[in-house]
Amino acid sequence: MNARTETAVIQTALQHASDHHLSNAHLDALEEETIFILREVAAAFERPTLLFSGGKDSLVMLKCAEKAFGAGRIPYPLLMIDTGHNFPEVTDFRDLRAKELGAELIVRSVEDSMARGTVRLAHEGESRNVHQSVTLLEAIDEFRFDALIGGARRDEEKARAKERIFSHRDSFGQWQPKAQRPELWTLFNTRLQPGEHFRVFPISNWTELDVWQYIARENIALPSIYYTHQREVVDRRGLLVPVTELTPPRDGETVQLRDVRFRTVGDITCTCPVESLAATADDIVIETLAAEVSERGATRMDDKTSDASMEKRKKDGYF
Amino acid sequence: MTTLAPHATAPQTATGPIDTRSALRLITCGSVDDGKSTLIGRLLVDSKAVLQDHLAGVQRHGQTDLALLTDGLSAEREQGITIDVAYRYFSTETRKFIIGDAPGHEQYTRNMVTAASSADAAVVLVDATKLAWADAALKLLPQTRRHSLLLKLLRVPSVVFAINKLDAVEDSAVAFEHIGAALREFAAQAGIPVTAVVPISALKGWNVVDASEQTGWCGYSGPTLLEILEDLPVTPTDSTLPFAFAVQWVEKFSSSADTSQGRRIFWGRVATGGVQAGQSVRIMPNGQTAVVAQVLNHVRQPQAVLAGHSAGIVLDREVDVSRGDWLLADDEGEALSGSREIRATVAWLDDETLVPGRVYWALHGHRWVKAKIKRIVHRLDIHTLAEEDANQLEPNAIGHIELALQEPLATLPFAQSRALGSLVLVDTASHRTAGALLVQ
Repeated sequence: MNARTETAVIQTALQHASDHHLSNAHLDALEEETIFILREVAAAFERPTLLFSGGKDSLVMLKCAEKAFGAGRIPYPLLMIDTGHNFPEVTDFRDLRAKELGAELIVRSVEDSMARGTVRLAHEGESRNVHQSVTLLEAIDEFRFDALIGGARRDEEKARAKERIFSHRDSFGQWQPKAQRPELWTLFNTRLQPGEHFRVFPISNWTELDVWQYIARENIALPSIYYTHQREVVDRRGLLVPVTELTPPRDGETVQLRDVRFRTVGDITCTCPVESLAATADDIVIETLAAEVSERGATRMDDKTSDASMEKRKKDGYF
Repeated sequence: MTTLAPHATAPQTATGPIDTRSALRLITCGSVDDGKSTLIGRLLVDSKAVLQDHLAGVQRHGQTDLALLTDGLSAEREQGITIDVAYRYFSTETRKFIIGDAPGHEQYTRNMVTAASSADAAVVLVDATKLAWADAALKLLPQTRRHSLLLKLLRVPSVVFAINKLDAVEDSAVAFEHIGAALREFAAQAGIPVTAVVPISALKGWNVVDASEQTGWCGYSGPTLLEILEDLPVTPTDSTLPFAFAVQWVEKFSSSADTSQGRRIFWGRVATGGVQAGQSVRIMPNGQTAVVAQVLNHVRQPQAVLAGHSAGIVLDREVDVSRGDWLLADDEGEALSGSREIRATVAWLDDETLVPGRVYWALHGHRWVKAKIKRIVHRLDIHTLAEEDANQLEPNAIGHIELALQEPLATLPFAQSRALGSLVLVDTASHRTAGALLVQ
């Protein structure tokens, strides 16, 4: 049914990618749009912040911010909502990059919200991913942030595909998909009532492929787990679930050592790697061109519950 | 690190002609149930841009429902309609596409206008089964007219009419001929330049990506819809007009080492014309003049910059410039003295009716000013295109209005300059974006 695996298709696609128009002019246009939006946030808001997880999309945004404002001059702090279930390679990298840039890094953790009693888990092993929303809203309240820049892309998921670049949130942090503000030309209506804020998505129009081509072009350093490495996993209904203290094998599952990389990195309890030998960004560009399954489809356990799960979470204040 | 000396020796070369082969921003519009979401699904599936898990997600009762590829909100799936624009991305052998799937419902016209304001091209879908296709003098649906008019007002460069569901009418050749004639007649009357009229079946996939299996289907032997789209130009930037630049953000440094004589960098996007060192500019609204000492491109490299691109401008002297001000070519600035009154075409997008006397926020470039609706000059009847008297504009109406501004704005007719001629109105109470203004 899907002919993407056919060698001819891949060959042609590869030719496109190396084509000047698709690699450079196209990436230049995306970079320029992103930088324009990053500057608009700096100018239009009083207390913006840039969500920074150490993942590939936030590293691309950070690269654009460096270009927009000059090295060491990003005019907003970086914010990380920590579930406590992170891959250490990613958090270490996050801290290193923030230090290199001389940027202020604010970390707020779901575990603190649990200690305060504002986050209650249904059961011990529940994914903390959805609970990030609570901690995020608490951080917004604490710092009175009026704009949160996020690295979400419209190609990730259907609810995201519907979202404006400047996305209004009410005082409960809720997205109201039926009442989105028209977004005409580049005249961004950034007016807020007290207690409201904006989520801003400067890389909305980038695709997973664009991100990898840009990482390759700009030589952006990434946490090591984005590239091939050997890891203990169990094959659970087609997903390669990493074996960790938090995600032990279930009864009857066989632990295997496989060559894998992560296409997306998030909470350990809901992020899976894919089988891959790709060791460089260029290798990943080739794999992405040939991919048959979407980034989230291949890697996220939490999006499978319902077609509208992302939309529901966003209405609750999730990014 | 870029040096910011006023007379840097780095080369100042123009960014060159706009690459016409870069991504095409395309929207689909037209009335409800004309098959817009299905058409996009068809484009994505037939051009092999859909991944397996997404395709698996749109199976219903053993059938593939292509519309479900883009209708991503639960309310949309509940009601089976498109509420807001979904943006999708795909490439063919020759170009990249960004598609905005705009809703057809009149109630969500604002979302269609959102998608159209940044589009290089639009496909207006027309459902053959909903029209009296056997009648040579058939009437088009109101939303087909409304959307086509909005495309014209917003200056979307290419408009393609795709007559859909021709597989489901008895005599597809007659239907194609009659509907095509009605579309061409309406377009001629309204002054809409038509790029092409193409017969398709989004459901069957005829003439969308692949040509119909029957040669000469509907008496048509031209290119498929995708072939037409692959050849369309992107929106030309107004680089031949005089220089105009809205100041987006003023960068100041505490460290004097970075800027010569404490100068600041004015960042923004070149709306029209181009800018390079040595050029004289006039600052609006205060009317002061200065000379451009240096121009940086979007990534802070010294370079002349043309319309459509971001630039950082350093002036040769200390002048009062803040966010929202415009830098204009000197002689042009003199002519564009700014006015406190403007007349504009408005696409009214709010659920609340527009009434004379109300004050709104108006956003022009990066400047906010208060604007009072002085008078509704007339409303456009979308059926007859007649200008009729009106004392209010209902949601989704198109009309002409006069506004009084709290401060003068340097505007040009939208027909001359998209950037200087466009504004949005924002409700001061709800903060909703209520109207799109196109200066006459």
